[in-house]
Amino acid sequence: MGAEFVALSLPPMVIGVLVAIACALPGNFLLLRRQALIGDAISHVVLPGIVVAFLLTGLVATGPMLLGAAGAAVIAVVAIEAVRRLGRIESGAAMGVIFTAMFAGGVLLLEQSDTSNVHLDVEHALYGNLESLIWLDATGWASLLDPVALAGLPVELSRMVLALIVIALFLWLFWRPLALSTFDEDFARGLGIRTGPLGLALVIMSAIAAVAAFDAVGSIIVIAMFICPPAAARMMTNRLGHQVAWSCLFAALAAVLGYVLAGYGPLWIGAGASVSAAGMIATVSGIILGVAAVAGPHRTRNS
Amino acid sequence: MNLTLVTDHDTDQAVRAASPLAVRGMTVSYGQTPAIFSVDMTLRTGAMTAIVGPNGAGKSTLLKAALGVITPLAGLVTVFGGAMADMRDRIAYVPQRTSVDWDFPVRVIDVVMMGMYRRLGLLGRIRGRHRALARDCLDRVGMTHFAHRQIGQLSGGQQQRVFLARALAQQADIYVLDEPFAGVDAATEKAIVAVLQGLRDAGKTVLAVHHDLATVPDYFDDVVLLNTQVVAAGPVADTFTEENLNAAYGGRLTTARADPESVAG
Repeated sequence: MGAEFVALSLPPMVIGVLVAIACALPGNFLLLRRQALIGDAISHVVLPGIVVAFLLTGLVATGPMLLGAAGAAVIAVVAIEAVRRLGRIESGAAMGVIFTAMFAGGVLLLEQSDTSNVHLDVEHALYGNLESLIWLDATGWASLLDPVALAGLPVELSRMVLALIVIALFLWLFWRPLALSTFDEDFARGLGIRTGPLGLALVIMSAIAAVAAFDAVGSIIVIAMFICPPAAARMMTNRLGHQVAWSCLFAALAAVLGYVLAGYGPLWIGAGASVSAAGMIATVSGIILGVAAVAGPHRTRNS
Repeated sequence: MNLTLVTDHDTDQAVRAASPLAVRGMTVSYGQTPAIFSVDMTLRTGAMTAIVGPNGAGKSTLLKAALGVITPLAGLVTVFGGAMADMRDRIAYVPQRTSVDWDFPVRVIDVVMMGMYRRLGLLGRIRGRHRALARDCLDRVGMTHFAHRQIGQLSGGQQQRVFLARALAQQADIYVLDEPFAGVDAATEKAIVAVLQGLRDAGKTVLAVHHDLATVPDYFDDVVLLNTQVVAAGPVADTFTEENLNAAYGGRLTTARADPESVAG
């Protein structure tokens, strides 16, 4: 049990937890700023960016992927603004139009290009390949202390750890101005806080989470984790710090529970094969949100 | 001729240096038409000044531009003769209640602590004396018992008191308030006026957008009558006249008097 678990289940579970928390952290502030859709938009426009980066470089490497995704995000922002102004369409609808169109464009591009020798296809873009992130060098729990075996950990793991550290550091450092400008922007500006650049930095942090997570887990989990854990956490407490803590707990719970249910759930009910871990993790996060909406202690709203 | 200009300039510089908050040539535009045009305003130390004018006169706009909350097309602001950027610690601000997200997960005491942001900085530890100051500020507006409530669970008047407590926690020399009496109960209005007058008597300067013409002479020392441009400004006794009010409100004054709410906003 030990060796198999450490080699096959532990890495995807840990990566799932890291992804979930990296997305849920900025998701708290996006949600409170009524910008939750931005997380959705970012994780969609990442696809065409990554495909174009692949076509240009022939590599599925972090550097080109990040650049491609960033370029796509910039194009999306400009296009959303153009649709909003020229079409006189409210920004939510403009965002919906642009990110759907860009995602669809990415899918077409993907189907037309030869990606047979790399992990890049439409299904992968949606569900990722969490189950395949295994650790072949592991022979048991002792491998966690073995530097040689640790070097063989999936590269996605260290990438997510790095992304999570960057995001957590940003939130820790700018916690007060972020909270202030989200709660009362005029007051924050009166204090001399530059709310514009701060808001942009938050969006960039969300983009880092989305891009780093995309390759490992696909866009379904990313979209779910930006919104579901923070929204569920908001109904558990009336304090910002507690909300963020709850959201991390819910995100981790959804990742672990979703992974286990996807792997073993179908066997328990007598069905054959396991189901997509990404799909199950997103589903569990939705169920957590549903339970919080029905039973959370702070469900009432006052505005 | 040149000499006169220089002297005027020097005189105004002296006037601005003596004023806690002085605004010159402030012009703000949303789109094509100016919201306020070439507004001059000079506050007196230790005075309570009201900005009064009809709907859409640019009262809130003037406050926000003076504090740098919005960026004006043109205009100069000095605080005790210095630049706003160097003097932010001396100004406390109470924005309009409608500009705030009342659903935000924050308790009353945390809102008051926000007033200490410039002293605490990004990562400064919150110590016992900071908490004591926050509790003291809540006490001054009679809200001690609500310290641990979520801000949105309070009534409009209670929320406004908490905002005043946050401004008190800024421990400033100038208190700028945007419609502090809008949508609050009579008891809260009385309590807020008492606190503001206490600040004035302690030598602080108060500036408020105000919409109830009937209470201007009771509450305030100075008044700025605004309708995109300054119609008249000065001590209430000389400035708050029928003639000036008619000029500021145009034909709308009769309705305004009959129903003070109609000039709110």
